[in-house]
Amino acid sequence: MPDSLNKNDVILEVRDLTMRFGKLDVLKGVNTVVRRGEVIVVIGASGAGKSTFLRCLNRLEMPSSGDILFEGESVVHAGRNLNALRERIGMVFQQFNLFNNLNVLDNITLAPTLVKKADKAKAEEEARALLRRVGLEDKASAFPAQLSGGQRQRIAIVRALAMHPDVMLFDEPTSALDPEMVGEVLDVMQRLAADGMTMVVVSHEMGFARKVANRILFMEDGVIAEDGSPEQIFEHPKSERLREFLSKVLH
Amino acid sequence: MELNFSFLGKYWPMFIRGAGTTLILSVFTVVIGLIVGIVLALMRLGKFKPISLISAAYTEFIRGTPLMVQIFFIFYALPQMGLKIPQITGLGFDFPRFASGILAMGLNSAAYVGEIVRAGIQAVDKGQTEAARSLGMTGWQTMRHVVLPQAFKNILPALGNEFVTVIKESSIVMTIGITELMFNTSQVYSSSFRYFESLIICALVYFVMTFTTSRLLGVMERRMKRSA
Ligand SMILES: Nc1ncnc2c1ncn2[C@@H]1O[C@H](COP(=O)(O)OP(=O)(O)O)[C@@H](O)[C@H]1O
Ligand SMILES: [Mg+2]
Repeated sequence: MPDSLNKNDVILEVRDLTMRFGKLDVLKGVNTVVRRGEVIVVIGASGAGKSTFLRCLNRLEMPSSGDILFEGESVVHAGRNLNALRERIGMVFQQFNLFNNLNVLDNITLAPTLVKKADKAKAEEEARALLRRVGLEDKASAFPAQLSGGQRQRIAIVRALAMHPDVMLFDEPTSALDPEMVGEVLDVMQRLAADGMTMVVVSHEMGFARKVANRILFMEDGVIAEDGSPEQIFEHPKSERLREFLSKVLH
Repeated sequence: MELNFSFLGKYWPMFIRGAGTTLILSVFTVVIGLIVGIVLALMRLGKFKPISLISAAYTEFIRGTPLMVQIFFIFYALPQMGLKIPQITGLGFDFPRFASGILAMGLNSAAYVGEIVRAGIQAVDKGQTEAARSLGMTGWQTMRHVVLPQAFKNILPALGNEFVTVIKESSIVMTIGITELMFNTSQVYSSSFRYFESLIICALVYFVMTFTTSRLLGVMERRMKRSA
């Protein structure tokens, strides 16, 4: 493993992660590290365990065994500290999951005011600034039901960013979108990456992976089967399974 | 047979006062029912099994026994065991009697409201909770600011029905001598012997209360729909 140089650069470390649902072994020993500023895209067939892996990282799923260290602190054994860790790990969902009972501004400011005890006026000011960055400042008082999928997902990203996370997790953020809205969301993500955000993105958008990722993880049957640069993964896949997978998604 | 409503000239205040008492009784019942119902639902849905079981057992038991037995239990049986609700002087009415009725009705309603609230909470998309927790919110913050408001909006019609049911069923507390609408009606027909007319008036007053209540709730529902 190339985790030699600077230990402080490691933001997430995943050790022998396994996950079993009943009799089904979904993760069978996942090992990897995420370094500060890295953009990792996780690819793999449906059912490979990508979502489960991602959801273990902020413990929306409790792994069966193994550990996850976030800046050296165990997420798995976090106890009362879990919420403090989650504050710093943002997550964006396939189905957006904006709070349906709150307007856009309140969606963004709810967690900062409740969890970080941020001043309401300051939080709103920051929310508006973030909305401006994704071109949705005029939607501050709209409710989620009044927005398109692309708008909802951009706001979901802003909502996560308002907590100032150290790393952002994305679980197929564009899979539920109409094709014409995929671009606007990927655009926001690409700018986020350019600003230096550490990101772990489960996605089938190979164009995005090729352009934005530093590293690509290919998951297959509950393990990371290949781990390499976009160049390595796309031009020199090692396994037959990856070649097969790529030929399916690239055509 | 001919109808004669002239007794109303003397007795109409009885109906009005009775209706007022019925309404007050019902409002308190629904408030207790809602608060205790929410607690029951949260207990039931919580991770701690014994607490969840207590809530389930309470609900089953209350729903499986007559309201009248529950009312008599609280009004007659508990005081015999030394659990008396104290009279509050200066109120001008029999507080222990009234409080027993409200308590029994409220604890009964809670069992039904608890099931309504539980279904309402379960109907809220799990993604809402996951999003809130992923932002570092606690379980209670999530419940309070995200899940309950959405659950409440969805169950408002069912809660409205419960309110209407309570208005009607509150007539049963006449059996412990609370001077609500049904009790007063019985007073009127025993003195005036106008059974038919008294009961027609009584039914009409109940209907006005339930009909108005469901209309008001309908308006509230439409307001809430528009806001989100
Ligand atoms: N909560 C769960 N209970 C039972 N099985 C689950 C659960 N979540 C996921 N699975 C199963 O785990 C496997 C991997 O799922 P997932 O991680 O969602 O894969 P991917 O995101 O790569 O499509 C699938 O077979 C799925 O049915
Ligand atoms: Mg998935």
